[in-house]
Amino acid sequence: MTLTQSSIARSPRLGALQSDEVEAATPEQSKDWPFLHAPDALTQSSAAVTKAGLRRELRIFLTNPNAIIGLTFLVTVVVLALAAPYLFPGDPLEMVARPFLWPGQNPDYPLGTDSMGRDVLAGIVHGARISLTVGIAATLIGLTIGILVGAIAGYFGGLVDDVLVKLIEIFQTLPSFVLLVVLVAIAQPNVLTVTCAIGIITWPMVARLTRAEFRAIREKDYVLAARSLGYGHVRIVFREILPNALPPIIVTSSVMVAGAILMEAALSFMGLGDPNRVSWGSMIGAGRDVIRTAWYLTALPGLAIVFTVISLNLISDGLNDALNPRFSEERR
Amino acid sequence: MTALLEVRDFSVAFGASQPVKGVSFTANPGEMLAIVGESGSGKSLTALGLIGLLPRHAKTGGEIRFEGRNLLAQSERDWRRIRGRDIGMIFQEPMTSLNPVLTVGEQIIEVLRIHERLDRKQARQRAVDLLELVNIPEARKRVDDYPHQLSGGMRQRVMIAIGVACNPKLLIADEATTALDVTIQAQILQLLDNLRRDLNMAVILITHDLGIVAQWADRVMVMYAGRKVEEGLPEPVFTDPYHPYTRGLLGASPRAESGHHYRDGPLIEIPGSIVSATGEKGCAFRPRCPSAQASCGFAVPALRQIAEDRLAACPFTPTRFVSQIHDASLRS
Amino acid sequence: MIVSRRLFQRLRRTAIQAVPTVVGIVILNFFLLQFAPGDAADVMAAEAGSATVETMADLRSRFGLDLPVIHQLLNYLSNLAHFSLGYSPRYGMPVAELIGQRLPGTLILMGAALLFALTIGVILGSLMAQFSGRLPDRVLSVGSLLFYSVPGFWIGLMLILLFSVKLGWLPSGGDSTIGSSLTGFAALADRARYIVLPALSLSLYYLAIYARLTRAAMLEVKSQDYVRTARAKGVSPLRLVLRHILRNALIPITTLAGMHIGGMLGGAVVVETVFSWPGLGRLAFEAVMARDFSVLLGILLLSSFVVIIVNATVDLLQAWLDPRIGESR
Repeated sequence: MTLTQSSIARSPRLGALQSDEVEAATPEQSKDWPFLHAPDALTQSSAAVTKAGLRRELRIFLTNPNAIIGLTFLVTVVVLALAAPYLFPGDPLEMVARPFLWPGQNPDYPLGTDSMGRDVLAGIVHGARISLTVGIAATLIGLTIGILVGAIAGYFGGLVDDVLVKLIEIFQTLPSFVLLVVLVAIAQPNVLTVTCAIGIITWPMVARLTRAEFRAIREKDYVLAARSLGYGHVRIVFREILPNALPPIIVTSSVMVAGAILMEAALSFMGLGDPNRVSWGSMIGAGRDVIRTAWYLTALPGLAIVFTVISLNLISDGLNDALNPRFSEERR
Repeated sequence: MTALLEVRDFSVAFGASQPVKGVSFTANPGEMLAIVGESGSGKSLTALGLIGLLPRHAKTGGEIRFEGRNLLAQSERDWRRIRGRDIGMIFQEPMTSLNPVLTVGEQIIEVLRIHERLDRKQARQRAVDLLELVNIPEARKRVDDYPHQLSGGMRQRVMIAIGVACNPKLLIADEATTALDVTIQAQILQLLDNLRRDLNMAVILITHDLGIVAQWADRVMVMYAGRKVEEGLPEPVFTDPYHPYTRGLLGASPRAESGHHYRDGPLIEIPGSIVSATGEKGCAFRPRCPSAQASCGFAVPALRQIAEDRLAACPFTPTRFVSQIHDASLRS
Repeated sequence: MIVSRRLFQRLRRTAIQAVPTVVGIVILNFFLLQFAPGDAADVMAAEAGSATVETMADLRSRFGLDLPVIHQLLNYLSNLAHFSLGYSPRYGMPVAELIGQRLPGTLILMGAALLFALTIGVILGSLMAQFSGRLPDRVLSVGSLLFYSVPGFWIGLMLILLFSVKLGWLPSGGDSTIGSSLTGFAALADRARYIVLPALSLSLYYLAIYARLTRAAMLEVKSQDYVRTARAKGVSPLRLVLRHILRNALIPITTLAGMHIGGMLGGAVVVETVFSWPGLGRLAFEAVMARDFSVLLGILLLSSFVVIIVNATVDLLQAWLDPRIGESR
């Protein structure tokens, strides 16, 4: 799913790149005139990118208004999550006031209380901790497995590649959320198992992406040079190829966090979350029963999810715009 | 005889840059006019301008009179009636210029049915006839082939069949043979040459291959940085290039003039590249011109009639031209 | 004639490639079942109320549960070959039959959601491409970003809140009016009313994806040489979009739609629990609650097969859309 999102986002950027070239001084293709070297926008810009390194990409990212909005949103959520124990000390699952206080009814509980008299705002702020922890940790697990498998498959090729590709295919054929439900149900739900299960169902996508990058980069001059110098596989994989394969993986990882947050929410909505921790999904699940009378209990935690996921998707789009010209150019 | 096509001071601008800066030329029925220039000379943009296919944000100036009517002043609707019927166009890449998901027959029939009242059966018969006209063997069978089943030369023949399907008065061939093998190239040009005679159709051949120009064109026009710098009959232009750029193209350095012939060897590179089209004052070729002088930086040199049927835009006359110009001015 | 031969070749290749995938999925499924807490004997014992160690051992040997893992795997495979997925004590019927009852519900729901997402997504994406960079494109881009950031189950609840609770227009759960004796068209219309909200909540995420993809694909196709050729032929804008641009852009869109079937099945699990829609997802939810792992894993296995079949169909569809596919070999 995430793979597709980033590939969708990738293509319009290519379109934009082409239209920029039309406006540049040399509107025709350089192929027209093989005898003369007309200035070639492509080679020039990619050379510039290499020189300026990542700083240029960071600048592009930071001048993208959407990315800034996303980053601001996300920082807000992260700060709230970190500050949760100080802002709302005590267990958010404790009853603190009269049940079904509507938002704004009691200034002590600005977002009201639920059917058990628990503070909704405290729940949402503490829920951010679970969502972010699971989202980030699951992504790290998925990235680690995925990069390892993808790197091995893409770097070595041959039989190893065939076998690993088949493995990836098997995992991508299994409907991932159904597999997730099975895994969590078998392992008994808690924060650790949910995180690991999400990591297990997301790695194939990373592996696929990494493998494609490795296969492309494997044949590049600097890798061949490193090989001819007799460097070991580990060094070539981690020092020569991986850094160059990272941009698309970085873009994907941001969408993966968003996806993991959505999956965790869906799991705990279905009652497959950690029963001892408050989570946005479980708050929605609890609010669902009283949606006719107290719909804010369903709406508010949902808004928190939407808010966080949108910010991650905005960041991913921004990253894509900033990092993509580089790797799309190199692929040609 | 009135010209079929009369272009007056035609210009194309994208924002501040102006890749075509006021070009004038004419084309007569049955004539083959070659436009020569390197990447960025504005020749392809001029061609696209002739058929009204410039990008939407391009600003055009001047006039394109086709059978006395100013094409630039007409609506998009009127353009569609002219494209494919009165003016046909063939593009450079036969590999990508045909729609991959439609059979070649469908693509020929499409243009016929847009512009002429034909039923399906008639249109199909015409498509077969056209494929025969462009010398495709087994036309009746080939008409149901998809483009990927044909070779590059065959595809370009199909493109020509589409281009001449409605007996256009003008056919524009933008680097139509560049992507083909030399032998195929000659066949295609022979085909174009026959067709223009049979159909009394003007052909504008846009190319960088001077050998083709010398062999097939009736008249040649050299463009540099959005301007016409020289025009005349191919033989005199190539044996006695007037403009330093034309000389550069032909690889005829002043001293080698006597022995070296443009067909003898590959073209040499002219040092430097086309300067930015936003441009400085003066002659655009000055930075690369071996015989540039201080005065070249003051103003853009005007086109002068330097002999009968001969125009050039350089104020400095190669010595051997002095007597000819004298003769010409005496005669006029 | 040529087309059908091409499609047949394509189908054969796809089928051959699917074999190792199916085997892998079956084996994975078996091991997951091994890891699941409790085995059939435990379940039976629990159903019976009490069991001694001896009867448990007896049950185990009767079901072959005391055999080495490899024998159990072979048993499992031979059962599968006879379309047997085991027995669900909770529902009192074979798992395969149980799943067979629920599968159509899920397929109908997914079909409706896919149809809606594709139709509207392609239309919106085409509009976005047509107005790229201008106001309609921006508004729709923000909309699609929103849609693919919203969890489907929450959208479902919000739709229930709006259309069932507040407006009272549409039912909030189930798949038809209980106890109604409607027939023919009226019954169909009644069912249609029930499917609107679940299909909508399942489709919005995919709608957003298809819109974005269509936009990108159309912009890319638009810049292709053959589109320029078509314009040089004097083709009208509408015909250009439908015959030359969209036709080619549909090729990547079908690939992606196929890739999303697995995801959509997962989405259906959650949406079905929201709307009490009697399908596989609802069954999976019930199986989780009852810790009925044979049912749960049967669902996993069967839904994987659905994905494989859909992928094969998409392959064929693509070979039909793109004459370049399946030509050689």
